[in-house]
This record gives sequence, C-alpha cells and structure tokens, in this order.
Amino acid sequence: MNERRVVATGLGAITSLGNGVNTFWSNILAGKSGVSLIEKVDVSDISTKIAAEIKDFDVEEYMPRRHARRMDTSSQYFWVATQQALDDAGIHYEEDDPAALRAGVVAGTGIGGVETFESQFEVLKERGPHRMSPTGIAMIISNMAGGLASIDFNLYGPNTTVVTACAASANAIGDAAEIIKRGAADVMVAGGGEASITRFAVGGFAQARALSTRNDDPEGASRPFDATRDGFVMGEGAAVLVLEEYGHAKARGAHMYGEVLGYGMSADGYHITLPRPGGGGAARAMTAALEDAGMQPGDLDYINAHGTSTPANDKTETSAIKLAFEDSAYGLPISSTKSMTGHLLGAAGAIESLACLLSIRDGILPPTINYAESDPECDLDYVPNEARKVPIRTAMTNSFGFGGHNVSLIFGAVDADA
Amino acid sequence: MEKSEIQAKMSELLVEELGLDADKITMDSRFEEDLEVDSLGVVELLMALEDNFGVQIPDEEAEQLTTVGEAVDLVDSKLSG
Repeated sequence: MNERRVVATGLGAITSLGNGVNTFWSNILAGKSGVSLIEKVDVSDISTKIAAEIKDFDVEEYMPRRHARRMDTSSQYFWVATQQALDDAGIHYEEDDPAALRAGVVAGTGIGGVETFESQFEVLKERGPHRMSPTGIAMIISNMAGGLASIDFNLYGPNTTVVTACAASANAIGDAAEIIKRGAADVMVAGGGEASITRFAVGGFAQARALSTRNDDPEGASRPFDATRDGFVMGEGAAVLVLEEYGHAKARGAHMYGEVLGYGMSADGYHITLPRPGGGGAARAMTAALEDAGMQPGDLDYINAHGTSTPANDKTETSAIKLAFEDSAYGLPISSTKSMTGHLLGAAGAIESLACLLSIRDGILPPTINYAESDPECDLDYVPNEARKVPIRTAMTNSFGFGGHNVSLIFGAVDADA
Repeated sequence: MEKSEIQAKMSELLVEELGLDADKITMDSRFEEDLEVDSLGVVELLMALEDNFGVQIPDEEAEQLTTVGEAVDLVDSKLSG
C-alpha cells in the first residue's frame, strides 16, 4: 500500500494584520507591523504596554450574539478561521453526511480561555460562586475551540487539542497530518487560536521578563535577530489549515496549497522558560523533520523561524539551525513573521505554517522587519526588511514552547508524480 | 411593580442576558421548545431574575417553569408575597 500523503486545501486567518488570508498576506509582504498600544485592557501598572491586538473584529458579523456570548474570544477567533478555511477548501458537511465521520479537528492553544477565567474569577471574588456563569467552565477549558468546530461544522471524526504552549498549533498540524496518514480520517481541520492580551497574561509574561518594553516604538518593538531586541511582543488571533489526503483532494479537484512533508519533535529537557543553550534540542526537532520528509539539509529552501525577538531564543535558534543544517545554514533564507504579527503563542505555529504555504505558492519570502543592527551571535540570512522574490519548493517552520517543546514542520510544493 | 412592567423587564432580560431575538418572545413562548434555552440558559435566566427583581428562586421552583408567562407569574408572586 502506498503511503497516504497529506495536502493543505484551505486556509483561514484572523490576525492583527487582517481578518482573512489575503489581507494578512499582502500586509506581511508589505512588511507592515500589527503592533500598537494595548487598548483592550488597562496596562497602566504593567511594564509592557504594546501588543499586536486585533482591533476590528466584530464577532456578530460571523455568528449570532447568542452563540458568541458562550465562546471565549480565543474560540471565536478559531471558529471564524475554521469557517474561512472550510469555505476556501470548498468543504461543507451536512449533519447526516457520512463523509463527516471521516473529518476531524486538532486544535492548539497556549492558555485557552484566559479572558473568561479572569472575568469569572472576578465574579467569584466579588459576588460569590452563585453568580458565576453556568457556561464559564465550558468557555475556559482549552479544548473547547475544537469542540465547537465539531459541533458547528459537523466534523465527527477524531477531535483533540494540543497544549504545548507556543508550539501548540505546530503540533496540531503535525498530529492532524499523522491522523490522516494512518487512515483514521480523510480531512482534518488543524490550527490554533489564542486571545490572551489580558491583564493576567500580559502581567504574567511581563513578570517572566519575556516581553519587549519598547513602548515608545510599538511597530519597532518586535525585532527578531536584531542586536537590540529586548523581548517578544504578544499577538493574538487564529490560523487554520484544512488538511486532506492527497487522493481525496485530487478526486474532488481541490486546489492544493502544498504538502505536509515532515514533522519533527523534541524536548529540551532543560528549563521551564529558557531554551537549552547551544540549541541542541531545537536542532533535533529540525533534523527529525528533515528525516521524516526524506530530505537532506541542503534540500530545504526557507525557514520561517520561531524568531520571537527575545535575546535567548534568537541566538539559540540560530545555533540550532547551524547544528541541523551545517554548511547549508549560511545559504538558507530565514525570516520571522513575528516581527509583524507579534507572537500568537499557541496560534503561532499555524499562522507561520500558513506563511510557508503562501511563500511556496507565490515564490516570495516574507521579511524580518525592524532588522537594523547585526548581532554577532545571529549571523545568518534573515531576509531583512524587504520581502524577497525567489521560487521555493520547500519551507520549514519552527515552533518552541515553554517547557522545552520543540516542533518543526516541513511543507512542500505538491508533486503530482511523487 | 405592575405585571406589565415585569413582562417588559422579562423580555429585556431574555434579549440582554441570553441573547434571544426580541421578536420571538411572547408570554406563551416555551423556553426549551420555542426559544431553545438549554439547562445552562435556565441558570443564566435565574441569576438575571434574582439580580434584577431582587427575588430568590430555588432550583425546584425554577425547574417547574415552562413558558415566559409562567416566569413572569412566579416573579409577580414573589414580589407581591
């Protein structure tokens, strides 16, 4: 039996750079920053006052208020991105469609319904348990975005949620692809949603000293690989891919953005928030993805880096790329779209996978914006400041999460003869 | 409070607190069958009634409610009792 191949046939995105894939992508290629002063919550007593906030999302454009008020914002983002991706793929299941039994969801999120948690915890403290919302728990739990997708879009196959911090949605895509490969489903919705620009989460990340405090220059604050980087900038949103078994997609004449070629994972086994110095853990994930794809280091055309703009990540990731790619590392273009989107945490791997697929489609690499001063410890080609036209056939995205979770995914142009 | 005021406030709460469509609500509307209010929605309604009318409604009494009109009658009896 031939191995089942997995292709992406639908994309959806809700980001600070646009509520839809086309707007998102044109802003990315234009090198636009989505970062601005935080307006959603009071940050007057928090050291960081900037984030890539979504400012123009009106959920009632997509669903009735009655439905929306039972969803945490993180689930609302995931829901809308899922709807976009299914529309894009041209897939819609009626309740009694037997094909819906072969379609599932793997969602990823870093913190789940933290906004609801905070508001309900206030109610508990101020008014007591008898005034807490009966839907509060269902809104807080991290798996609910995936649950709602199955309920509202009639996806009755495998349904799980991955919670590996900032690697979550990269794991979601890799896990979903493997579910298709082993024949347990033909179609999988995979991605992530995050909405954690809240007092609890901004305050908590600020206390971990993880965030940029370049408050006087929001658009310049996320500057991955630049010598003056001072922390990551929180983002929010969702990105969703519809993954499909190749033969299934071909039979219905679906447009294929690209193929999931490789999935590699490793654990740093080192520290709760810091990467293992030298990047050995991250390098093993990249090497594992190359092996899964049957590729040599020299075969890869582009890396969409984890590139958070923290001092530790960017130099460690650079070392890791050198370990995994050896001599090929210096000729390999690498960029961080977090310079524009901020860090979508649990949704980061999905939005960056989407960027890889669109780079393959269009033959153009997104830039790393705000790159001004080179760092001797970050000495690779980061596609500084301007998008670069270059046809590519393969792209890797890296995602690393607190706890030492390392994930690398490789996407490729669809080769019909493979 | 006049019963008509209770009726008006009840409709308002169902729209504001449960997100129902105002034009679907009549005094004869059944919560479950007509308005698709589920068990979680009933708890939300109870809290809204208690907060807005200053009454206490035990779960056992809430479980007997079928229609919007019955909820109005229950609040009316609590207020006048």
